[in-house]
Amino acid sequence: MTEEIIIAGFGGQGVLSMGKILAYSGIMQDQEVSWFPSYGPEMRGGTANVTVILSDKRISSPVLRVYDTAILLNQQSMDKFEESVKPGGILLYDGNGIANHPSRKDINIWRVDAAAEAARIGATKVFNMIVLGAYLQIMPVVKLENVMEGLKKSLPARYHHLLADNEKAILRGHEIVKSINKLG
Amino acid sequence: MKELKLLKGNEAIAEGAIRAGADAYFGYPITPQSEVMEYLMAERPEQRTGMIVLQAESEVAAINMLYGAAGTGKKALTSSSSPGISLMQEGLSYIAGAELPCLIVNVARGGPGLGTIQPSQADYFQATKGGGHGDYRLITIAPASVQEMFDFVALGFELAFKYRNPVMILSDGLIGQMMEKVELSEQKPRATEFDQSWATTGTPANREQNVITSLDLDAGQQEVHNKKLQAKYKKIVENEVRYEEFQTEDADYLFVAYGSSSRICQKAMELARNKGHKVGLLRLISLYPFPKDIVRELSFRVKSILCVEQSAGQMIEDVRLAAGCEIQIEHFGRMGGMIPIPEEVLEALEQKLIGE
Amino acid sequence: MDIKDIIKPENLVYKKTSLMQDKALSYCPGCGHGTAHRLLMEVIDELGIREDTIGVAPVGCSVLAYDFMDIDMQGAAHGRAPAVATGIKRCWEDKYVFTYQGDGDLAAIGTAETIHACNRGENITIIFINNGIYGMTGGQMAPTTLDGMRTSTSPYGRELGSMGHPIKMTELIAQLPGVHYVARHSVHTPRAVRRTKKAMFKAFEVQKERKGLSFIEIVSNCNSGWKMTPVKSNEWMEENMFLYFEPGDIKVDGKLVEKKKIK
Repeated sequence: MTEEIIIAGFGGQGVLSMGKILAYSGIMQDQEVSWFPSYGPEMRGGTANVTVILSDKRISSPVLRVYDTAILLNQQSMDKFEESVKPGGILLYDGNGIANHPSRKDINIWRVDAAAEAARIGATKVFNMIVLGAYLQIMPVVKLENVMEGLKKSLPARYHHLLADNEKAILRGHEIVKSINKLG
Repeated sequence: MKELKLLKGNEAIAEGAIRAGADAYFGYPITPQSEVMEYLMAERPEQRTGMIVLQAESEVAAINMLYGAAGTGKKALTSSSSPGISLMQEGLSYIAGAELPCLIVNVARGGPGLGTIQPSQADYFQATKGGGHGDYRLITIAPASVQEMFDFVALGFELAFKYRNPVMILSDGLIGQMMEKVELSEQKPRATEFDQSWATTGTPANREQNVITSLDLDAGQQEVHNKKLQAKYKKIVENEVRYEEFQTEDADYLFVAYGSSSRICQKAMELARNKGHKVGLLRLISLYPFPKDIVRELSFRVKSILCVEQSAGQMIEDVRLAAGCEIQIEHFGRMGGMIPIPEEVLEALEQKLIGE
Repeated sequence: MDIKDIIKPENLVYKKTSLMQDKALSYCPGCGHGTAHRLLMEVIDELGIREDTIGVAPVGCSVLAYDFMDIDMQGAAHGRAPAVATGIKRCWEDKYVFTYQGDGDLAAIGTAETIHACNRGENITIIFINNGIYGMTGGQMAPTTLDGMRTSTSPYGRELGSMGHPIKMTELIAQLPGVHYVARHSVHTPRAVRRTKKAMFKAFEVQKERKGLSFIEIVSNCNSGWKMTPVKSNEWMEENMFLYFEPGDIKVDGKLVEKKKIK
């Protein structure tokens, strides 16, 4: 199994850390992982993005043109990466601020209104965990217990009291994700 | 039990330095390698192992602090990125001349000039041909993974002390910024296992003074020193060639690449094989010494070679020199911090080598 | 009487400093470097710290200092001695580390390294030989060349408007909190020699007690570069250099000293 993922959005949305949690979870279940971010002031498009690869074998290129899954969290990312999803792959997006919704018919499109949900429960910081929960509902590449284990390992102990809220957010993401276009 | 950690390439250099038992790090911030010193400062290595970490006022100062530390026989390193490494060239020349074992990490970015902060492999010439003034070489090794960023620190120190020669780890922003799983090795003691009889430690009554210098005003004596250096480089060339082959046994076409480009080529190779092209990859690990013999050997076996570099074509010159026959050798690369993607490499292969 | 009858221990009135090597100095006759070298080696010898001392030689006339001083030394690139000394000292906290630098090395090309080593309060000693000229390269203008002074690159005299002012590096670094002891002396008279030696003892004492950086400027002559006889050059130094680079303590025990001239 190899899963090649791009996560893209505004800086500050937790794009890079969501990728990091995925990568850490992969390590927890003995997978090979790579995480390659856009770094520095982004020149084009105003987005931050990260390529995450989880695999059972040694990972070759950490940079890719096409992905199994694209998780897109703003319009710029949508414009840039909708075409980068492999036919038959997954596009997961947050509808917040999206004017031009994805229109491809050859991929599975899912939507999670994580920004709205995070605002509703008054916890904007767990936004990216809701998105992660939505993704794991569609594609359980890593087990929840390994996500929690990864979180515990990657977070300093002083943040461990937030673990329960994060888990709740992931579960919430499981629930609220909905299919927009489903291949047969 | 295996100790696994998710680390950035830059962080792996830092953790690798602590665990290799390094005595000192001197550096100056520059993107995309600043995490090396940030990680070290956060880890408090002075408490973990007694290792010293110092932020210098410039790369010029950092490389000269390294000179001083290395001259005492301690295990010391610095890291920087391309423009900073250019500033260090004076010091590197002195370090090579004075035969000081130490480690320099270049997490390269695009140039020339201030260039870009994105990854590049355009410092190949500088790293492998000397870089500063005078006849000298750095042992240059190129990691292609975060694990190797970690492992090559210990390897680098070993080679540096074995030959009393500076070693450069030539990496780039891609490997430096990328995170991967790293299996951490055990903490080595800081007490050095290497010969230090030449080092400046203060002169005890039972030996003559030790002097660290690269100066000899007598031309004849300087030539003697040059010959000694050349003899050492010859030994390095004979003993320290490192490379890795991927599916070269049946290959019609060969990629030659190092570092991050070799990772991209692995994927391009998979894509090409899926299309029925028999492609292999020669991944160079040591850039100096350059793996001449294997290039020569493979040049007789394959139809043509594509050198893939994030530069206008630098390594390709060594590949052409090493090839034993009039074989087609082409270059493909991106510049300015642009990273080639596997599909582009495949296209270049098809257009330039296969003729499709 | 044979010469052998004279060379006897009981007749000894003067001898080579034990830590000076048995070699002819390469400095011009009349130059102050030889005296400064000797004083430094005497101090290290008398403190009994040879085994724990590492020196750093600069680029300039004293580039071959390690050929004369019989202790472990490193030769630094031009201006980088304070950085090299930092690297050594950080690795060997318990050892004594000094740099021996000229004015071009310390106050021009090595300004950044000097100021930052001082500012970090590195526990090292800097011996700064200031003769107002580039001696080794043949008498060019130095950062410390006086107003109107002729050199090979200021053949009509230093013109402050276009060439800048002679820099008082010693007063400058004395302002920095990391610097514990700063003094300016000379080595052209027995009295001056005694003062310089005393200052050197103090500098190594400061280092031993880890109180910060100690900095001794030695205003010296360059009879070749100044194109004067040694005697004349020392007179000229007193009459001109000392007016601008006033001898005396500048900072003692971490505190700036009120102006106190030594006549």
